[in-house]
Formats: sequence, C-alpha cells, structure tokens
Amino acid sequence: MISIFLKEIHTFFSSLIAYMVIAVFLVLNGLFMWVFTDSSVLDYNYASMDPLFSLAPFILLILIPAITMRSFAEERQRGTIEFLFTKPLSDYDIIWGKFLANFCLVLFALLPTAVYYFSVYQLGSPVGNLDSGAIAGSYIGLFFLSASFVALGMLASALTDNQIVAFILGAFLCFVVHWAFDYLASLPVFIGNADAFIDGLGIQSHYDAMSKGAIDTKDLVYFAGLIAICITACHVIITSKK
Amino acid sequence: MVTVEGLTKWYGSQCAVDHINFTARPGEILGFLGPNGAGKSTTMKMITSYIGQDEGTVNVCGFDTRENALESRSRIGYLPEHNPLYKDMYVKEFLGFAAGIHHVPNAASRIAEVIGLTGLGKEQHKPINALSKGYRQRVGLAQAMLHNPEVLILDEPTSGLDMNQLADIRTLIRDLGKEKTVILSTHIMQEVQALCDRVIIINEGKLVADDPIGELQNRIKGEHLITVKFLNTSFQLSELKSINGVERVEAKEGEVKIYADAGTDVRPDIFRLCAAKGWVIIEMVQEKLSVEYIFQKLTKNKHD
Repeated sequence: MISIFLKEIHTFFSSLIAYMVIAVFLVLNGLFMWVFTDSSVLDYNYASMDPLFSLAPFILLILIPAITMRSFAEERQRGTIEFLFTKPLSDYDIIWGKFLANFCLVLFALLPTAVYYFSVYQLGSPVGNLDSGAIAGSYIGLFFLSASFVALGMLASALTDNQIVAFILGAFLCFVVHWAFDYLASLPVFIGNADAFIDGLGIQSHYDAMSKGAIDTKDLVYFAGLIAICITACHVIITSKK
Repeated sequence: MVTVEGLTKWYGSQCAVDHINFTARPGEILGFLGPNGAGKSTTMKMITSYIGQDEGTVNVCGFDTRENALESRSRIGYLPEHNPLYKDMYVKEFLGFAAGIHHVPNAASRIAEVIGLTGLGKEQHKPINALSKGYRQRVGLAQAMLHNPEVLILDEPTSGLDMNQLADIRTLIRDLGKEKTVILSTHIMQEVQALCDRVIIINEGKLVADDPIGELQNRIKGEHLITVKFLNTSFQLSELKSINGVERVEAKEGEVKIYADAGTDVRPDIFRLCAAKGWVIIEMVQEKLSVEYIFQKLTKNKHD
C-alpha cells in the first residue's frame, strides 16, 4: 500500500495535477472569501469563515472528480492495471493506496486555508471574537466530506475506462449524494419521519451538523459507512472487470 | 516450478483454454507456441493470477495461485504481452517503484545490476516515454527480473528488438534459464529453436504438443521436404507422387513441394522421371523440416 501511495503522490507532484488543484482551490476560495463583495468576509460584518465552508463543497465537487478520474480509468486504458494486479499486492492495497494519495492531495489544498482562520481571528473585534469550536467542527466535516467525494470519485473511475466519463460520473455521484437527498426530502410528499430519514442519507445534513461544532458519533458512522461502501463497491467492480 | 492441471477458461461460449496440463521445471526454458488467439497469453495471465480460471489449478513453487495469490505472485517475474509501463516515470524511478512493491533488499544496487544486465545503462536517466520500443522492452524485462524471482513468465519478450538487441536479450534469457523456471511465448520459430529446451504448442485453446525440442523435430524426422522448380507447368503431380518413397506432393506457382521418406533419397528418381518426360527442372532443394513446419502441421490438422 505504501508503494502505491508514494507512487501516486509522486505522480501528482511531478506533473501539473497537484499544483493546478491546489492553485485553483485557493484562488477560487480566496476570491469568494476576500474579494467578491457578495460573499466577502470583509463586508459580512461578522468574524466568521462561513463563506469558505459553504463554498468549498461546490469547488470540491469539480476538483475531486478531476483528481480521482485517473485512478483506475487511466490504469486500465494504459494497460498498467495488469502490472499492478500481477504484483504481490492485494486489491485493497491498491485501492487504499490510491484513496490515501488522492485524499492527501485534497488535504494539501485545504491546509493553507488555515491562514484564513488566523486572518479572521485578527480581524475580529475584539481580536479573537469568533466561534473556534464551530470552525474546528467545520474543518472536520470538510475532511470527511472530501474523503467521501474521493471514494465516490474512485468508484466512478472504477466503473469506466474513459477518464472524461469517470470525471462526469464522479461529479454527478458527488452531487447526488451531497445535495439530492436534501432536495428530495424537502418535497411535501412524505409521511411521518420519512423525510428526515431521506435527508439523513445525504452528506449535507451530516456536514451541516458538524459545522455547528458538535461531532456526533452518528455523523462519523455515516461518513465511515459511506466510504466503506464505495471502497467495497470499487473492489467488486475491479475484480469483476479483470 | 510451475504445475498446471486441467486449466480451463471460457470467454462467453468460446473456450479460450481447454483443460491444459503441463509442468515447467527449474533450469528449463519452456516455449509456448501457437497462432494468434490460441490461448497462450490467457494461459500466462492465469498463471500470474491476473485473471481467474474457470476450472483447474495452477501451482507456482508450491503455492496455489487461487488460494495464495500474493505468495505465488511474489515468486513470479512477469513481462506482459503489451509491456505496460508508467511512461511518465523515469527508468530508475519505475524500477525503484517495482523494487518497493517487492521489498527488494539493497534496492539501489540491485537496480544498478539489472540495468547493467539488460543493457539500459545509457538510457537509465531518461523518462520511459523517450525510449524506443526495444529499450522499453528491456525496461519491462528489467522489472520482471528485479526481485530475482524463481519463475519468469515472458510474453513475447523479444518483440520490437533489432538484430543486435535480439542476440543480447536471448543470451540474457538463456542465462536466466540455467537456474530459473522460464516460460516464454513467441511466434518466431527460430527463437524457439535458439532458446527453448521444451516446446508446448497450443491451438484453439488445446495443448497439441508438449515435447523436448529435439524430440519434436524427431517426430517428423522421417520426412524430407524437396522443393522443385520447373521451367513450365507441364509436369504431372500424380506421376511425381508415384515415385517410390514420396509421401505427398503439393504444387504452387510452378513450384512443387515433395514430402518424402527420409530413409531413401528420392532426388535421383525425381531427376530420371523428369528427364524421361522432358519436364525441365531449374532448381531442386532438399531441406530438413523445421519447427515451423511441425507447428503448421500440428495446428492445421483440424482444417485439412
């Protein structure tokens, strides 16, 4: 697993992929958080990082499938999957190695936003007047959301040999799992607690719950379960496609 | 040591590999011969446990490839047919990656050693996509032998090599074959004659021959092929066939192939007959039948 992880990380940083992902993520977030007047913290009148946490899922919806689309589609297209699967590596070594590398790249993009925290902290009146607990919760939520998007993106990449199809399918899966259940639950057709149950199937309700600063086991189990399902599905698809 | 028993693979309703049995021993180079689509690569893919079999077992150095896939894979060095390489990686970097997977001790010195053995010295600092096909093939071979495996499975290892490279790589494979179990597939007959100790011929998924190379040639040692070229086409095949010792005759564009019993030299009789009939011979060549012929004979039987 370590060999695969190191090789993937090396590929990201020896090509433009890593630098593009990090630059695009930070530029877009920076613009929305500090420059565009509609969403700028400077015009918000509250010392808060809400613009970052509400916008980041939308940017990650595009960026993460762009990172994960190559995971299996490219290996299969180039035939290098035969190299990997005839080496003494288990299928899960390969899948988890790739998962961790993709997730690490997203973390590299997220980490510099810690600077925003210190900026907003200093800009508060008095200094430090912001809800650090909620921000920590939001970051944890964002990490889990990223990990879930990575797992969904890799599932899409396992399904097809074509990287463009993998990207579009990955973005679609992330959109459905993050937002669609929330919209579906808001339709006035459900009886009893059905709408709450459907809402709970999507990422958004769990991400919002964590953003309030409360880390509930229920939310952690949800994210762990979602990632485990995607990785297992990935394994089943890859094995069946051999 | 590789033992294959009753190996079978179906692709839909087509049987790609049909109950194949054979054993490859250490110190032996085993050649896989067969027309395209015969099932050679499929068999190799099952030995390396890249694809699963529908029936039968493969045992590599005492490990069943289904039950102990990782153990068996760690004892195999495999060069696949299309030689998949990470083309954006540098030669040394790629070999380092392969060494990491196999936990090769003293990786740096072992990488330097295989670079020397495969003649990659001059190209070792280049990215793989800047290498010619022949050098890429050497990189594939280098990664296959990097972890000093007991078994080497090489699917068309010399494709894309020029004449000079061919001789080097054949020498390397012959050296490896002295200690290790080497299974190689090829469609080049001379390669089988030059390299292999034993030949397995596969056709339409079935094993049609499994013999030491000498024995295979002996099988039809009893036949000679005499090619006779005539000035015109006035000759009659039936009369040529009636010569004592001639097994069968084939005519093609003024050229007649006469398959004869090697016990008697039929050339004087051919000459006398042709002289009596006034058929002008412009060329007559007698040759020993090659592995190529054996191969054609064994694989074409079904269609004849």
